[in-house]
Amino acid sequence: MIYTTAIFYFFSAILVLAGLRVITARNPVHAALFLVLAFFTAAGLWMMLEAEFLAITLVLVYVGAVMVLFLFVVMMLDINLDKLREGFWNYAPLAGFISVLLVIEMALILGSRHFGLDVMGAPVPHPADYSNTKELGRLLYTDYVYAFELAAVILLVAIVAAIALTLRRRKDSKYIDPAEQVKVKRNDRLRIVKMSAVKREVSGVRGEEKNP
Amino acid sequence: METGLMESAGMDWAAIQTVVWTLVKIMALVVPLMLGVAYLTYAERKVIGWMQVRIGPNRVGFQGLLQPIADAVKLLMKEIIIPAGANRGLFILGPILAIAPALAAWAVIPFTDTLVVANINAGLLYVMAITSMGVYGVIIAGWASNSKYAFLGAMRSAAQIVSYEIAMGFALVGVLMAAQSLNLIDIVQGQAGGLHQWYIWPLFPLFVVYLIAGVAETNRAPFDVAEGESEIVAGFHVEYSGMAFAVFFLAEYANMILIAALTTLMFLGGWLSPVGFLPDGIIWWLAKTGFVLFLFLWFRATFPRYRYDQIMRLGWKVFIPITIVWIVVVGGMMQTPYGYLFH
Repeated sequence: MIYTTAIFYFFSAILVLAGLRVITARNPVHAALFLVLAFFTAAGLWMMLEAEFLAITLVLVYVGAVMVLFLFVVMMLDINLDKLREGFWNYAPLAGFISVLLVIEMALILGSRHFGLDVMGAPVPHPADYSNTKELGRLLYTDYVYAFELAAVILLVAIVAAIALTLRRRKDSKYIDPAEQVKVKRNDRLRIVKMSAVKREVSGVRGEEKNP
Repeated sequence: METGLMESAGMDWAAIQTVVWTLVKIMALVVPLMLGVAYLTYAERKVIGWMQVRIGPNRVGFQGLLQPIADAVKLLMKEIIIPAGANRGLFILGPILAIAPALAAWAVIPFTDTLVVANINAGLLYVMAITSMGVYGVIIAGWASNSKYAFLGAMRSAAQIVSYEIAMGFALVGVLMAAQSLNLIDIVQGQAGGLHQWYIWPLFPLFVVYLIAGVAETNRAPFDVAEGESEIVAGFHVEYSGMAFAVFFLAEYANMILIAALTTLMFLGGWLSPVGFLPDGIIWWLAKTGFVLFLFLWFRATFPRYRYDQIMRLGWKVFIPITIVWIVVVGGMMQTPYGYLFH
């Protein structure tokens, strides 16, 4: 088991370090990138727990989509860290209280009585043809179908609300209807005129030319 | 999934053996892939040359066959310049993050029903997850260069890749509905029985969307606004020189081959022979992938560059609705007696 244990500690060390750097890095872009690293290593740990579908989905959704948009915003903003840190000591007592509360809550849950190795043993290894994805899908659409559909509806409402909040019709936007553009034929824009060639008079004055 | 790794974990010696054997397999995959990339650039220049009634490279070696080697040597010898205002660490990390996913995705690509580095159950999902990380290389390179052109290119590219990934993902959902599996080998074997069994026919709209989204995803012409020579010089890699630039180039072409291979596997029957009397084999895989790659080059020689807002419109307002409608059609048809047409 040394092999898997070594992999586990390797991933865990990276995860903890990356998590620490997310909150200590001075540059917000660096912090966002460390968060990406944290997600990726967490996916590695989930993979070791035989939660392959969830692990790959974590990478697909959080690393591949959410964090890209996050980075997008962070890169565009000009964040002045000194200004952000101005009120640090004013907020420190409240923040300290909340963090202590969080630590106590976590300790209660993660205490060895509820979360130890004897309660949460290593996952039973499944045969190669066991499909994690299929099992998860079956559970989601049978036992947990109401909760699942509710979550989907809430997400849909959130999408519609987000679009509705940001939608504004600008009067000065030069909107082009692509269908109109595609429909345009040559004759709508171009007129071909047939003209007979006229010989230029050599001795004539420039202004008298018939065909400019 | 990961059976090789998990089963052998009990014994360390077996684990070491697995690692070494996997490394050998990776080398056997990466070396031909890199050669393929090198000669794809040659093929591109030759094919576009012929389409434009030119000769293309013909000086180095017979018919210019050594041209890619000469290019690689030239790029290796060049100096890598790191701009003074650049973010050093991330500037170097950019190309690495571009090429790593482009190569890692190849781990699950089967060449025949036995020739594959890792035959995992959720192969399709893995490919989607890994390729979605390729955008980081572009974004980081653009930001770390500390140059406006590079940054604009990175922003365009990121927005484009994120938009087209959705349409691409939906196209893949159609495939997995038809194949009822995420395993790439199973997907190909679901198309056994000849030309008319390939998923290109029942999933034709999805095939078209996937192919075009694939071109957009790899930032190839006509969707190459991220590079847009006429407006933002070369986009995200404008500050890169020498081998750092070449790595971006390798990643782009490795991604092209990957998209072509995936199109082959999911819609064109992979290594399966189109007719019954000819045997299946890797030769069909190569021929079909080569044909899709030829389409990539053909597009580049044919179409002018899309305008940026039109790219976004095509992705969000055309492709995503098409894929959603066709997924509903496939799902609905499967409930009818004609469901066999969609399997």
